[in-house]
Amino acid sequence: MNNIILIPMILPILAGVLLIFLRTYGRLQAWTSIAVMAVVAAAAVYLLNAIQTDGILRIDFGGWTPPFGISFVADSFAVLLVLTSSVVTVICLLHALVSTDKELVTMYFYPTVLFLIAGINGSFLSGDIFNLFVCFEVMLLSSYILLTLGGSKRQLREAIKYVSINIVSSWFFLIAIAYLYGAVGTLNFAHLSVRVAENGQEPLLTTISIVFLIVFSLKAGLLLYFWLPGSYSSPPVVTSALFGALLTKVGIYAMFRMFTLVFYHEPETTHNIIAVMAVLTLIGGSIGAIAHNDIRQIAAYNVVIAVGFILTGLAIATPDAIEGAIFYLLHDMVVKALLFLLIGTIILLTGTAQIGKMSGIIQNYPILGWSFFIAMLSLAGIPPLSGFVGKVLLSQGAIDSGSYLLLAIALGSSLFVLYSMLKIFKNCFWGETIVSKDDQVPLRRGFLVPCLLLVALTIGIGLGAEGLSAYVSDAADTLLNPQVYIDAVLTEDFQ
Amino acid sequence: MGINDVILKTVAKAVVLIILTFGIYLFLSGHNSPGGGFVGGLVLASAFVLMFLSYDTETVKDAIPIDFKKLSAFGVLLAVLSGLGPLLFGQNFLAQSFDYFNLPIFGKTEIATVLIFEAGIALTVVGVVVNIILSISEDE
Repeated sequence: MNNIILIPMILPILAGVLLIFLRTYGRLQAWTSIAVMAVVAAAAVYLLNAIQTDGILRIDFGGWTPPFGISFVADSFAVLLVLTSSVVTVICLLHALVSTDKELVTMYFYPTVLFLIAGINGSFLSGDIFNLFVCFEVMLLSSYILLTLGGSKRQLREAIKYVSINIVSSWFFLIAIAYLYGAVGTLNFAHLSVRVAENGQEPLLTTISIVFLIVFSLKAGLLLYFWLPGSYSSPPVVTSALFGALLTKVGIYAMFRMFTLVFYHEPETTHNIIAVMAVLTLIGGSIGAIAHNDIRQIAAYNVVIAVGFILTGLAIATPDAIEGAIFYLLHDMVVKALLFLLIGTIILLTGTAQIGKMSGIIQNYPILGWSFFIAMLSLAGIPPLSGFVGKVLLSQGAIDSGSYLLLAIALGSSLFVLYSMLKIFKNCFWGETIVSKDDQVPLRRGFLVPCLLLVALTIGIGLGAEGLSAYVSDAADTLLNPQVYIDAVLTEDFQ
Repeated sequence: MGINDVILKTVAKAVVLIILTFGIYLFLSGHNSPGGGFVGGLVLASAFVLMFLSYDTETVKDAIPIDFKKLSAFGVLLAVLSGLGPLLFGQNFLAQSFDYFNLPIFGKTEIATVLIFEAGIALTVVGVVVNIILSISEDE
């Protein structure tokens, strides 16, 4: 029995439901959530190692075998993402322990975060596209709540845009699923892959794949990112950290799954479109990141740049490039959480988000300043930090396949990332301090510990890349050889 | 809320009973014929909504002292736990079983574990729908 695959989704749901009954006990809620997410992370580690020895694992709900029933499929790619998102959530929740006000906690903050994670993990693990849709919705509904919790004017304004754009894209998603089912008569990923390969990917199927591409681009912020900077920069610090670190990644995951497992027959069309979209995303994100003076906006545009960067990996689709993209995906979850937590902490301490209104913070809060410095280097991809490995592998893949233009723009965007971060560092951390040591707002240890944990994690991923690479290359291997996935899910009769 | 509509209130008393019966029928006719937890739950919820409409919210809340937020949470809990139950018997998540029982009045009846799952869904639907209606009605 592989029922352990359920833990990443079922445990947060169960805990979230129980916490609804414990509405007034803020501390208890926080620690329960942290404990639950730690258990999920442990289960993910166990699963990851089990996959290396036993191959891809799956659980059929109610014993109905695929393609008839629905199932969860755990391959290295999915479980790596589950693991990283769980670890990041634990750390964000540690920050929430001190930074979330009582009012938010009694309005079901923690249960909603747990439901969000359940949706995210469910999306990573689900073995058929309709379940992916359902888990997407679980995640989105929770994100609507988290975005509006707190109810400031800015939040509500952004929430209207966010909710409407997501409802439209979910509707598109549903229509695309209906098209696909009408065309090939199945929804199970492995079965889809088999059927599409049998029929050949006709123009009709390619068109359907492009509808999916648009849907996932809206969710991931690939080119269609106009909604992203506003809505990711408005909610409270922990929420925006979770959003920035995790939400777009689910869209990216879905794109990787669809365009490596199912629609991989017409790369001239689909992958070229992805490449063009990724390039435009990189350029647009870079312009946004250097144009703004609000540090939250700069961080949000950095999310956009990372999406473009990761998707260039999918567009190139050589083993090295995919491996690089996966590495970068894991790195980005960690470092974006770090960036958003740091920026949220700066805003809590200084009471402003405008670059021009702060100066010399590093003299008041040296550890915070140096954490930001490391985050900046990691984002830019300086060795030995975690961003480096992904960038090197991806570049290698790009050179091997001769995609020099993609490479130039992807690496060029790193400079813009560095520039935008340096702008924050130079203006906010360096210079004369405005606040004297006596007047400064005390920095509570609870704010720093999560940031330092994430700093340790980004250094750890960078230094421990060797140990991680076995898992990552297995993940890339599965993505590039659909047959491995198909063999694990379907019996002989359906292949 | 100063509505004092005798006809509405009198009709509501009878109709609520019919709606509740129909809701329970739909719920029980469940998984083999049209019906089930979701539909049954919606119909049950409509009975509550009718009560809220014909009487004022205070009266109904006094008569039915249920926190509908917690009711929906309890429903989800029940549904998830019914899915986890089979794990104790070494089965897959959400596995179902059924058997036939000889009940008085009903005679030979099929009772399936899916009933617990459906009950969870019905409670969730009732909780959520009533909650939404109450939230909107409070917003004045």
